Amino acid sequence: MLRRPLIYLACLVWAPVALALEDPKTQLKDPMKSGMWDYHQIELLGDPENIRFDDRVIVRGPESAEDSLNVPLLVDASGIKNVKRIIVSADYGPIPHILTYYPEKAEPKIGLRFKIDQATAIRASVETHDGQWLIGSTYIDAAGGGCTAPAHAYASDDWEEKLGEIHGRLWAASGRARVIVDHPMDTGLSDGIPVFIIQNLSFESDEGDLMARVELYEPVNEDPAFSLYFEPGTLGGTLHVKGRDNNGNRINGVLSESETH
Amino acid sequence: MITRRYALGLLGAGALAPRAFAQARHVYDLTPVQIADGMWMIEGSTDYFSMQNGGAIVNIVLMKGDSGLILLDSGPSLRYGEALTTVARQLDLRGVTSVVNTHHHPDHFFGNQAFADRPIYALGETLAAAKAEGESFADAMYRLLGDWMRGTEVVPPTQVIDGGNVMIDGRAFHALPLGGHTAGDLALVDQKTGTLLTGDLVFYDRAPATPSADLTRWQQSLNELEKVEAAQLVPGHGPVDKTRAAIPQTRGYLTWLEDTLRTAARNGLDMVEIMETPLPAEYAAMGAEPGEFHRSVAHLFPGIELQELPRAN
Repeated sequence: MLRRPLIYLACLVWAPVALALEDPKTQLKDPMKSGMWDYHQIELLGDPENIRFDDRVIVRGPESAEDSLNVPLLVDASGIKNVKRIIVSADYGPIPHILTYYPEKAEPKIGLRFKIDQATAIRASVETHDGQWLIGSTYIDAAGGGCTAPAHAYASDDWEEKLGEIHGRLWAASGRARVIVDHPMDTGLSDGIPVFIIQNLSFESDEGDLMARVELYEPVNEDPAFSLYFEPGTLGGTLHVKGRDNNGNRINGVLSESETH
Repeated sequence: MITRRYALGLLGAGALAPRAFAQARHVYDLTPVQIADGMWMIEGSTDYFSMQNGGAIVNIVLMKGDSGLILLDSGPSLRYGEALTTVARQLDLRGVTSVVNTHHHPDHFFGNQAFADRPIYALGETLAAAKAEGESFADAMYRLLGDWMRGTEVVPPTQVIDGGNVMIDGRAFHALPLGGHTAGDLALVDQKTGTLLTGDLVFYDRAPATPSADLTRWQQSLNELEKVEAAQLVPGHGPVDKTRAAIPQTRGYLTWLEDTLRTAARNGLDMVEIMETPLPAEYAAMGAEPGEFHRSVAHLFPGIELQELPRAN
């Protein structure tokens, strides 16, 4: 009978200390009330002081993930000037960091797909060149299991031949580029299958100017698919896609306005 | 002792109408309606699975056979199957003596457990798919329906049925082994009443569901169904159709769906942008919309997009 009160007492003594250790420099009121945001604010963003939730960072996805291996997401921070990078993350999941987008000459807006492991808040943390952090959120319900399942690719024998195959094109008039790269994107969380992911993809103009860049992490979906957005009329006739995976495989392709088939 | 569940039940009883009380206690309210001589239908909700409807979203047909009733599709759970057993005995004291599953989706065969000692007929593809995918469907159904699913286990069909003229418990059917909604979709023409039982190849005023769909094959199957002379049609979901409107409606929706997704891919749209596109009024009014459209985007768009976008290396 004495045991329980003792535990309560222990909690009373320890809780304030533990909380004090984990408090971020700037405590925010999380609109998603997910319970994990403070932690990610410190671990993922490096505990910045100048940080707040901002409605101009729009994160759009389905209410519920029909396919936990391919959850679509659209992050739109085009209401904010001076964006340096956007960190997209999930509050709950074995690997929170999904990707970091460096818009460079593109608009701070990206369409992506990712693997979801359970129902969770999804965040887009925008860092501006003058050191502000502005956060947007959405909530996606999911049955889960997306991060711990083996890639579909291994169901077919020819996955190695297709590795690095790129489908895509651009639409200069509307300022859109769409790219899909064939890759298993193994998270390392499935038994006996080591991490095997594309780590970065860059988009360059004909002149070799860096137009946009994506750093990918394990939760990005198998066969990563991105939509990039540019101010209409600013895209040349082609966009060069260059990348590398963690096994050293190079990824190369050229997006153009070629006819769809 | 007052348990939490009991307390919740009391809460439900006090605050809500009698029907809601039944739901709080997880009781299926099944009402068979006679639609032809010796044929009854239990019409499902046209909504998606929910804790409110307990997954009772599917049409069930009961038909007189020589030794008892023939049951077409068995519902989403063991509890539903048990409720069907009770309802069937009110129509025929001998109850259900044989079962047919039109395809392997969980709302159509998870009630099989209540009839596990009777012959359960289906296409070979359905039998294989029920065995392969049944357990993952069960995971999803427990999550969507919670306690409604208690005790439900996957009981795949046991007897393979082929196309052509077949007798089930002395009742004559013409069986059409089709597909496209799933790998195997069985349609039956009941010879006695001229009723076409389509399973989920046809939806009526309820958006077609596409988690296992092959759209081209589905359209071919609709062509086959269109040729059948029938006095009435019972779709998998939605009301009885006596005006031959359900097949063209399903065909129109599937055509629109594929066109919409292909056009979006050719214009560089991604899934979130497509999901935000408003539906045409005629489809927005269907049961389970826009949720079913959103799910279809998730099921179909990644594949369609790869077909539409050119290679870039």
